[in-house]
Amino acid sequence: MPTPARRIGDVVLSLDGISLAFGGVKALTDITFDVREHEVRAIIGPNGAGKSSMLNVINGVYRPQKGTITYRGRQRHGMDSHAVAEAGIARTFQNIALFRGMSVLDNIMTGRNLKMRTSFIEQAFWWGRARREELDHRAKVEEVIDFLEIQHIRKTPVGRLPYGLQKRVELARALAAEPSLLLLDEPMAGMNVEEKQDMCRFVLDVNEQYGTTIVLIEHDMGVVMDISDRVVVLDYGRKIGDGTPDEVRGNQAVIDAYLGVAH
Amino acid sequence: MTTDGTDAMPDLAAEDPRGMETAQDTFPRLLLHHARTRPEDPATREKDLGIWQTWSWRNVAAEVRALACGLAADGFRRGTHLAIVGDNRPRLYWSMLAAQVLGGVPVPMYQDAPAAEFVFVLNDAEIDYALVEDQEQVDKLLEAAPKVPSLSHIYYDDPRGLRNYESVTGYDRLLEKGREYDRAHPGFFDEQVALGRPDDVSIMLYTSGTTGRPKGVRQTHAAFVAAAKGSAEFDKLRPDDSVLSYLPMAWVGDHLFSFAQWVYVGFTINCPESGDTVMTDLREIGPTYYFAPPRIFENLLTQVMIRMEDASRIKRWLFAHFTAVARRCGAEILGGRNVPLGDRIQYAVGNLLVYGPLRNVLGMSRIRIAYTAGAAIGPDLFRFYRSIGINLKQLYGSTETCAYVCLQPDGGVHFDTVGEPAPGVELTIAGNGEVLVRGPMLLKEYYKRPDATAESIDAHGYFHTGDAGFIDKSGQLKIIDRAADVGKLADGSMFAPNYIENKLKFFPHIKEAVAFGADRDQVCAFINIDVGSVGNWAERRGLPYSGYTDLAAKPEVYELIRECVEKVNAELAAEPGLSGSQVRRFLILHKELDPDDDELTRTRKVRRGFIAEKYRVLIDALYGGRAVQHIETLVRFEDGRTGMVAADLRIEDAKAQPAAMPLAA
Repeated sequence: MPTPARRIGDVVLSLDGISLAFGGVKALTDITFDVREHEVRAIIGPNGAGKSSMLNVINGVYRPQKGTITYRGRQRHGMDSHAVAEAGIARTFQNIALFRGMSVLDNIMTGRNLKMRTSFIEQAFWWGRARREELDHRAKVEEVIDFLEIQHIRKTPVGRLPYGLQKRVELARALAAEPSLLLLDEPMAGMNVEEKQDMCRFVLDVNEQYGTTIVLIEHDMGVVMDISDRVVVLDYGRKIGDGTPDEVRGNQAVIDAYLGVAH
Repeated sequence: MTTDGTDAMPDLAAEDPRGMETAQDTFPRLLLHHARTRPEDPATREKDLGIWQTWSWRNVAAEVRALACGLAADGFRRGTHLAIVGDNRPRLYWSMLAAQVLGGVPVPMYQDAPAAEFVFVLNDAEIDYALVEDQEQVDKLLEAAPKVPSLSHIYYDDPRGLRNYESVTGYDRLLEKGREYDRAHPGFFDEQVALGRPDDVSIMLYTSGTTGRPKGVRQTHAAFVAAAKGSAEFDKLRPDDSVLSYLPMAWVGDHLFSFAQWVYVGFTINCPESGDTVMTDLREIGPTYYFAPPRIFENLLTQVMIRMEDASRIKRWLFAHFTAVARRCGAEILGGRNVPLGDRIQYAVGNLLVYGPLRNVLGMSRIRIAYTAGAAIGPDLFRFYRSIGINLKQLYGSTETCAYVCLQPDGGVHFDTVGEPAPGVELTIAGNGEVLVRGPMLLKEYYKRPDATAESIDAHGYFHTGDAGFIDKSGQLKIIDRAADVGKLADGSMFAPNYIENKLKFFPHIKEAVAFGADRDQVCAFINIDVGSVGNWAERRGLPYSGYTDLAAKPEVYELIRECVEKVNAELAAEPGLSGSQVRRFLILHKELDPDDDELTRTRKVRRGFIAEKYRVLIDALYGGRAVQHIETLVRFEDGRTGMVAADLRIEDAKAQPAAMPLAA
């Protein structure tokens, strides 16, 4: 397969000296790394290394005690969830967070929420402007459905779907927000080989087709090494490695962390 | 619909008043005829981004024109082969017409085959141009390309993921090129259409290859037009009919129903959104004319039964009661036979409460004619569909005969025959029981295989079908088995493996069966269980299982299958001359037979010889009287990787009945 000629651009997100503690527990200690435009950036590490905390700092769920975050030129101490969404950052969750009783279509439509402009009253009566707006959003959602090949479950309640497909629906909802930065929290966890391959292909396709910058956390080393441009390795809340997959693979600290050398 | 009348068939004798009209004897000319006489009627629909899009005959003709010119601009000449690979997409059907306009030959290929299998057909057909659906197929072609020196042009329909591929061209770019070429050579297209002759090869379809390598079957415009005309008149097909095109384009059945009849009659073909949405799309479209192999009807019924078991008690009672009524008289009412008034009234109530809604759920409310072919259909299954008012019939044919040899007429439908010779077909039975046919629908030749062509068509022009059968007392053809498979048991009695396997497969729990017995003293069989059906059965009994291999090895499942085998034995014992064919020993295979492992053909027919070779150790164990046999098998996953499946298979005995004992009441 020809390798995609993506043009990786400037730094869009940089984290500088981030420290986060919950009481006495230090989740992250002095973490510094950056993410460039259009790249696939992975965060890896053993269980409890602070990967999800890192993601939560980026999208504003946690406020770090120390350090600064610079996103598209704006420096701040912590991010605020709403502002993060407005700024074009979308995410998926490690434990699927969908509305189980709602159809796939409706779940993905919620991803368009921020882009809806009509008022509650207009929407309730589905009048002129609200109606046109919904049709436009539906068209966008259908593109995402087509992109992720989930046409066959469009009207199925999410709760009835197998795990692998729910993960895909979650990705669809994030894509519906047309993000410029996509955060994926263990997108392949709990999947079988075939589902993982599909998901890898979708992640790469999103990156290639829409130029979306992707930050992903992943356990499966094979997957990470295959699809990432650069990898950050965390262990016990500290950064122990950063670089291309090949560099990381050869890094002694990383090998130790994964093979379990006594600390 | 438009004004030109619902019954109007394209009238081959109709003359244009100014004498400009040419004969409609090739597919491109038929296309232009529709575009001229009923330009705004719908020709093709496809569900795209959740909405059904429609192309009229005028649109299709314009698209084919641009496409043909585009191909010509890229050097496509008369006689060139165009490989077509993908799901049923409108553009792929149109590209067949475009190739035919240029006097080229479309070669549709099975889209689910891996790249390694592509190599053979691509080389055999000397493909230099290929139009494929998407990135998946482009990747496979590029993988095959180094071994296919002739392949020079690859076009794709869906651009997704292909932006950075260099050596391939998008469909839209091809159209653009075509429009430029058309402007520069305004007379070119019409000239090309006029050059076409009815005895030009219109399509090359590859046989599924149950034995040996696939062969390219070359059919002419005349053959497929004759088959389309004959079947359209036989079943009174109309321009306002509608079909769902969802079967592999490389299969002769799809080529007859979704291409030849489409272009001949001028009805509408509907392309589903994706392979997984076929059932939903079927309901939305509500086709009037429907074609499916038996396994699809079987899957549908299994789904209905599974859902009925979960329904409320009242619904279950209604369903049970009225399906019993339908079983008693439904098929007779549909067949136009005499039925007592009481039954008719009960059936009418059932139609209101059960059959109508059920047909609606199945997407079959509007069906006038439904056909099944490609394999034997179980009597219960066949009767079920007919009894709820679906006019399901059988036909018989093969790639070499444009899928057009026998058809069942309305009012003359039997589950165990395949119909009477179709209009224009001469049929006779050879001394050895082989079915021989002659008529306009016969193949022109096997590509580059004069030996095979000479072998299959005799001096009198009869094609040897390779099937053994006879004409029964109703005047319809009954197929027993592949002639080459019919053998003898050690005691000299007839052994027809397919016949036994079909009887086994009629049980929903059994998906596939392979019977052995030629030159042996008894018959033994391999069984593949149906995971859906047996899995559901197991769940209801609280029987945990992890997957196919585990489920297949359960003693309870063996017991279930043994009951099926013994029922088949009872039936065989009751049939004259077949008592010796009762299945004495069987085993349930640890893996499903799969085309990717070469055990089945792409049309899911058993490759007997290959299986016997591959599982020799199991056959030895069956005949050696062993109770357990260890086996390790290499399996190929869909992504091309391989793995080993190992299991200890149990072998069980099944009770046989004494000969000609009447069936237990």
